[in-house]
Amino acid sequence: MYILCPFKLYISSPLNGFSRFPSLVGQCGNQIGCRFWDLALREHSAVNKKGIYDEALSSFFRNVNTRTDGDGADLCKGKIRSLKARALLIDMEEGVVNEILQGPLRDLFDSKQLITDVSGSGNNWAVGHKMYGCQFRDQIVEKLRKTAEHCDCLQCFFIIHSMGGGTGSGLGTFILKVLEDEFPEVYRFVTSVYPSREDDVITSPYNSVLAMKELSDHADCVLPIENESLFDIVSKINQMTNCGKLGSTVKQTSLITSSAGGIKHNREKPFDAMNNIVANLLLNLTSSARFEGSLNMDLNEISMNLVPFPQLHYLVSSLTPLYTLADVNVPPRRLDQMFSDAFSKDHQLLRADPKHSLYLACALLVRGNVQVSDLRRNIERMKPSLQFVSWNQEGWKTGLCSVPPVGHSHSLLALANNTCVKPTFIELRERFMMLYKKKAHLHHYLHVDGMEQSNFSEALSSLTDLIEEYNQLDASNCGPAIDPPRLEIAV
Amino acid sequence: MSIITIQLGQCGNQVGREVFDTICTDLHGGHGLCSKKENESYLAAGRERFFSEEKPGVLAARAVLVDMEPKVIGQTLSLASKSGCWTYDHQSHFCQKQGSGNNWANGYCVHGPKHKESIMNLVRKEAEKCDRLSGFLTVMSMAGGTGSGLGAFVTAGLKDAYPSSFLLNHVVWPYGTGEVIVQNYNAVLTLSHLYQSSDALLVHENDAVHKICAQLMNIKQISFRDVNRVIAHQLGSVFQPASSSSSDGATQYSRSPLGDLMEVLVPHPEFKMLGIRNIPQMSENSLPYTTFAWPGLLKHLRQMLIANAKMEEGIDWQVRPPVPGLPASRKESLKQPGRFNTSIANLVTLRGKDIQSADLGGFRDPALYTSWLNAPEDTLTVWKTPRAFNKYEKSASLVSNSQFLLKPLDSVVGKAWKMFASKAYIHQYTKFGLDEDDFLHCFTTLEQVIASYGSL
Repeated sequence: MYILCPFKLYISSPLNGFSRFPSLVGQCGNQIGCRFWDLALREHSAVNKKGIYDEALSSFFRNVNTRTDGDGADLCKGKIRSLKARALLIDMEEGVVNEILQGPLRDLFDSKQLITDVSGSGNNWAVGHKMYGCQFRDQIVEKLRKTAEHCDCLQCFFIIHSMGGGTGSGLGTFILKVLEDEFPEVYRFVTSVYPSREDDVITSPYNSVLAMKELSDHADCVLPIENESLFDIVSKINQMTNCGKLGSTVKQTSLITSSAGGIKHNREKPFDAMNNIVANLLLNLTSSARFEGSLNMDLNEISMNLVPFPQLHYLVSSLTPLYTLADVNVPPRRLDQMFSDAFSKDHQLLRADPKHSLYLACALLVRGNVQVSDLRRNIERMKPSLQFVSWNQEGWKTGLCSVPPVGHSHSLLALANNTCVKPTFIELRERFMMLYKKKAHLHHYLHVDGMEQSNFSEALSSLTDLIEEYNQLDASNCGPAIDPPRLEIAV
Repeated sequence: MSIITIQLGQCGNQVGREVFDTICTDLHGGHGLCSKKENESYLAAGRERFFSEEKPGVLAARAVLVDMEPKVIGQTLSLASKSGCWTYDHQSHFCQKQGSGNNWANGYCVHGPKHKESIMNLVRKEAEKCDRLSGFLTVMSMAGGTGSGLGAFVTAGLKDAYPSSFLLNHVVWPYGTGEVIVQNYNAVLTLSHLYQSSDALLVHENDAVHKICAQLMNIKQISFRDVNRVIAHQLGSVFQPASSSSSDGATQYSRSPLGDLMEVLVPHPEFKMLGIRNIPQMSENSLPYTTFAWPGLLKHLRQMLIANAKMEEGIDWQVRPPVPGLPASRKESLKQPGRFNTSIANLVTLRGKDIQSADLGGFRDPALYTSWLNAPEDTLTVWKTPRAFNKYEKSASLVSNSQFLLKPLDSVVGKAWKMFASKAYIHQYTKFGLDEDDFLHCFTTLEQVIASYGSL
């Protein structure tokens, strides 16, 4: 049941007509990333029928004339020659990266975008963070700089990684710090795949808690995701398809079913559907920065609106509809259903229940044929059933992008800064404590150069502080809200 | 005389384009139900005011477009050139690659100083094209980062560079909920800064316009475009040529529309928040089936003024001016519904047929105005033209310096203050160099404004 790969990061930095470029770190990151690039290409080819390299396309891809210039000087305008992903693929073993390089997406990447090693991180955060971090730092910085130079306005970095393993969690969070040092002005978004309870990596609680401290300290926004939630969503859709309820109407090209492209097709890919969900999360997150709409929403607006306090930057996400029927004209009822679903427990990409916890802020990113009156009607409708913190009773941020995802007429990505992430963190701390109390496996970490016991105690107290901050917010919501006295003016 | 429009941010550019479109459609939309001579002098005045004509027959808007990201400007330019009757000067825009991210401090403290020179250069080039410059109209929202933050910075720059020109800021007040979470902070920062540098602020509330779209225009699925069109219609109904003198023959159109407007509406620098109302407003389909009479229109408009109604539907007819001599208990009634709306000054513009028969006596009643004005004859100004506006046979609009905006302002400051008390989001602003004292300063400015309007 481990879907998104236990290790590997993917670094990408997208941005605006300009570039966001993803860094993909570790196996997990690279598998999600692979789905992401495939879907991004398809989305752009559906919108951009003439094959012209435009600003929307330039946010994720460079246009390179490989024939005349092997080094790939960028072509700004005109016909698409050869697209290169603005991404860095990093893994400390070669398997997944090699698969990508032999698969249909191989042309998107060249050797300057890869950083690999042969031996892996052995599910050990210290090996990824301290050992490989130290060893590969210069190489990573150089390749990041090269990739960044190709962007005329670098808006943000995406890091896609898993928390449980060694490379993704260790090296991935190391890179996060490198990005902060080298590009302090560029936003850092992290998509983190949290291990499930029955994770087969014994040390995953250590790795996750150690990585959490780095995320809390150095990321601008973290989108936590759990494999179990993705798995539940995928099974629900399969069930509905198979029992014939919606059967034949689920389009083969909808986001959940497509697996063309990516890694070559020689075996069943049980995780492709799950990885697709995450890939679509990233596409929808960036859609408003890439395509036009009546209410644009850049990535920097996400942290501006959703992060009221620096550490509380963990956002729970949900995507609806997960599949769509082929109608072009959408009757309002179904449109409203999309909004209701976005708040239901079953559609969250994390096992969490935002409806019964406290909202600090909420963003709705809508794509397709949806107007401001639809948004307003649904916000008014949902509001009474949601609890918002007293000082942010109207904590809604909205974006309207006119280009829908391929195969859909509309879609919604909801991001919630909500205290419902707390149980996940508490559970993680409990699992960490079970090992840590007995000092189990500690020696594997401590013999890595630069790793000390204080790393563990600091990571633990960082996580405890974070949980405490959420506790205080929950507690503040219980008492009666007293308005602060306004300034008095002598008339 | 000419007005240069500065469109800032996504909202400013979208609204600005809609304004030029409305004006151009009105200018070219037939004879306007008046004499040919009348129509021609109206056209000439309207053109000079908003457009330059570098090539014969091609109207170029007197506008500077500013945004920190390219998508909206690209869209705005191309929509304008598709209109076929007017266009933007393709040199006269400035954009960057990355928006201000809803962060006022990013717009004001970072983008402002960095791009001031380029923007002011564009403004200067536009100004040089004008034979006679009346002043500047800036169009912006106060919720986001570019329109609000950069807009406040540019406004201050304009005041420095053109101290003798008039400067009117058109500000779009965001929806009460749902656009931008930090909108109340951004609004407090914007309004307090504009209050220092602008001559007057003309405000449109999204919530009110949205209601007009739903109830008067009967639009089912309301888009931003619909909202912007209503805003543009209302602005056009004030800024299209009209005359303050009622001599016979062809109308003498006001020389300096902005100057005249400020002169009559802003008698004291402490009071510069203007609201706008118009009547009638309806969908184009119902127009042919409707007739209007001036007494009815003006009776409604007057009640909209004293009862602070945003549109002609749902007016509270119970509200009456206070009986002179009885001191009203003002303080506690501030937030009550059904409260009488006290004015400082009003400007009514009448357009269309039989304007000579319109009787504005109801607007001259001293009971409508605050007591410290000692020249009641200056409180009401009337602009008129027999030329019909935008297919409405008769139409009236009201720009009012009154307590229209007291309640929304009080609510925005209240919400922002609550957030400020818990220190939420402050780190996002300090990152760009705005500290807590700056916030406090802005809160103080606005509490002062609220107190002043509240004590009218």
